[in-house]
Amino acid sequence: MSPAPSTYAGVADVVAVLVLLTEFAMLRAPLLRSQVRLYAFQSLVVTVLAVVIAATRHIDELYVLAVLSFVLKVVLVPGLVLRLLRDADVDLAGSSVLGVPSMIMIAIGVSAFGIFTVGSLHVHSNALPTTALAVAAAVVLVAFVLIILRADVVSQAIGFFSLENGVSVASLVVAAGLPLVVEVAFLFDLLVAVVVFGVIMRVHHGRSQTLSTEDLDRLKG
Amino acid sequence: MSAILVVLIVMPFVVAVATFFLPVGVSRFLTVACGAATFGLALALIPTAATHSQITAGGQLRADALSVVFLVATTFLYGATAIFAGGYLDLADGAAGARYGRRFYAGLNLFCWSMVAAPLVNGLALLWVAVEITTVVSALLVAIDDTDGATEASWKYVLIASLGLGIALLATIIMYYAGTTVFGSAYDLSYTKLLSGAGRFPPDVVRLSFVLAVLGFGTKMGLVPVHTWLPDAHSEAPTPVSALLSGALLAVSFYAILRYFQIAVRALGPTYPRNVLLIFGLASLLLAALYLLSQRDLKRLLAYSSVEHMGILAIGMSFGAPIAVVGVLLHVLAHAAAKGTAFFGAGSVVRKFATKDMTKIRGGIGALPWSGPMLVAAILALSAMPPFGIFRSEFLIVEGGLSDSRDTITAVLVILVSVAFFGLSWYTTQTMLTPDVTASSSDGTAAVTPARSEVSNWIVVAMALGLVALVILGVHPPAPLSQLLNHAASELGSPR
Repeated sequence: MSPAPSTYAGVADVVAVLVLLTEFAMLRAPLLRSQVRLYAFQSLVVTVLAVVIAATRHIDELYVLAVLSFVLKVVLVPGLVLRLLRDADVDLAGSSVLGVPSMIMIAIGVSAFGIFTVGSLHVHSNALPTTALAVAAAVVLVAFVLIILRADVVSQAIGFFSLENGVSVASLVVAAGLPLVVEVAFLFDLLVAVVVFGVIMRVHHGRSQTLSTEDLDRLKG
Repeated sequence: MSAILVVLIVMPFVVAVATFFLPVGVSRFLTVACGAATFGLALALIPTAATHSQITAGGQLRADALSVVFLVATTFLYGATAIFAGGYLDLADGAAGARYGRRFYAGLNLFCWSMVAAPLVNGLALLWVAVEITTVVSALLVAIDDTDGATEASWKYVLIASLGLGIALLATIIMYYAGTTVFGSAYDLSYTKLLSGAGRFPPDVVRLSFVLAVLGFGTKMGLVPVHTWLPDAHSEAPTPVSALLSGALLAVSFYAILRYFQIAVRALGPTYPRNVLLIFGLASLLLAALYLLSQRDLKRLLAYSSVEHMGILAIGMSFGAPIAVVGVLLHVLAHAAAKGTAFFGAGSVVRKFATKDMTKIRGGIGALPWSGPMLVAAILALSAMPPFGIFRSEFLIVEGGLSDSRDTITAVLVILVSVAFFGLSWYTTQTMLTPDVTASSSDGTAAVTPARSEVSNWIVVAMALGLVALVILGVHPPAPLSQLLNHAASELGSPR
């Protein structure tokens, strides 16, 4: 008989599930703008998780991380992508490879796979809620589904950023003690990656007047 | 010695910033000087690294024999590519050309800086950060030509490589978690610490982390089936960038995998990590050998040859014998020199004939009196012909496989390498060795050999340096280098 989860474990699990549900919502969002807003919401949830862990486990460094992650992932990154969308004057996401119901079915399949495989590893620990780790793995897998099935550069970039959110959840629950300098380096790298994604998205839009990736099929073999 | 580490990590960065502001004529020489200086410093580290266990500077920088091997490969290619780029770049007059030149040199130096930093940082987390920086900088360099092909290639590259690194980040975090069971919830991910405690890590967690690391960093290393960005980026990038991507960047990603391998061997014993690498290696070698048979694009051909060689590296690591590991590390050095030289030659051919399509290029040796024959020599070196370094390294790997009684796998390795040799040499020798000036290609377009002259003497010098290095590695590697390779191989082995 397993003991009832602690408040901390409960909060971590709820947040992880919220992040996973947002990932599903992104999968079905027809407007690119709403996809970006969902990403901002998802990042906010991850930030809240950082604050909760900082408060319950008395790791003051995590407050710094929470502030940085709020500024970067809730304000800056969505802002940059929304500006790109305004400049490009595109609203509707391009046609995806599959319809929404099929995408959701596949996403349910892969997230079940993620949860059960990581769960079956029996990663045991007294201090750490391991359910959240399994859900974080599911977030990463659903992000892959989003990137593979959506055929436009904005969805694919957002898919990558939200994959990073999934990894953040994993890192908060199993590696909360990671040195601050390392966490800041991770975030800085994300910022650089965002800038580079932005530059290449702009170049792509400038050349083809579209955000769709359907014409990116010249190089093969 | 620790001062050298600091200089190595500061100098290319300073040069990168400087070249963004300086005129291109100055940047060209400054980049060559910086590349040569880093190579010299890396060589200076060899005697110490070959005998001592590690060289550290300030806690965050650390070099041991393994990292110096990769440092030598990267910095050699840094210097050679700087020389090659001086002759290859054909800048338009006026502001547009100057702007392109400034961006190119700043990007090139920054790219090399990140690849020099990766083997020098102490710890898995900083290693991930350095590899991620290599991705974002090189993605911009792939896109710099601003053609449809370059845009498509850079998008595929930045997306696929970033996803791979997302997986690698997950691997880093799970490895951190494995460490918390021994070191408590807060510690740094330095190699010394991880290696000392690895024997007590929970095996299932290390297993998960290792597989994710091979998949994640393997994406950047070009292991099948996560290699799909590689041929596009290598063929569409400016040729100096292609040379660095192929010779240095793939090796740096392999270095990251080896660090996880080192920990996994201590935590799990050698069988599991070796089998994982064997599967990826065999898939890479098989697919690359088959794709090499059908390539008509010269730079794509060289790109698939890189996938082939990365497969050989992974298979070599899956043989347990120390001699095979020495072969793998020598292979890293020889592949850097050979692939660099081959891409320099390809750059010369592409500039001369204004096409990458090998069916439209005829009489290469006649048109390019020096770089033509040297390209053929580099292709032969890549096919593991003596007296070049890859012959020696593949010989050691095969010997290691046989001494480890992995006879079937060794036989498969030899057969697939032969298939790759056939694919690699078939079109290139046709391209380079046919003297026919007015030959017609299969689709009827006339291939006319241009007048006999070199594109640039800088290219000839860069290629000659590469071939000299290959002959040295093949005929008689200097004693300190052999000692370094042996020492690095023993570091990689299991302590049990």
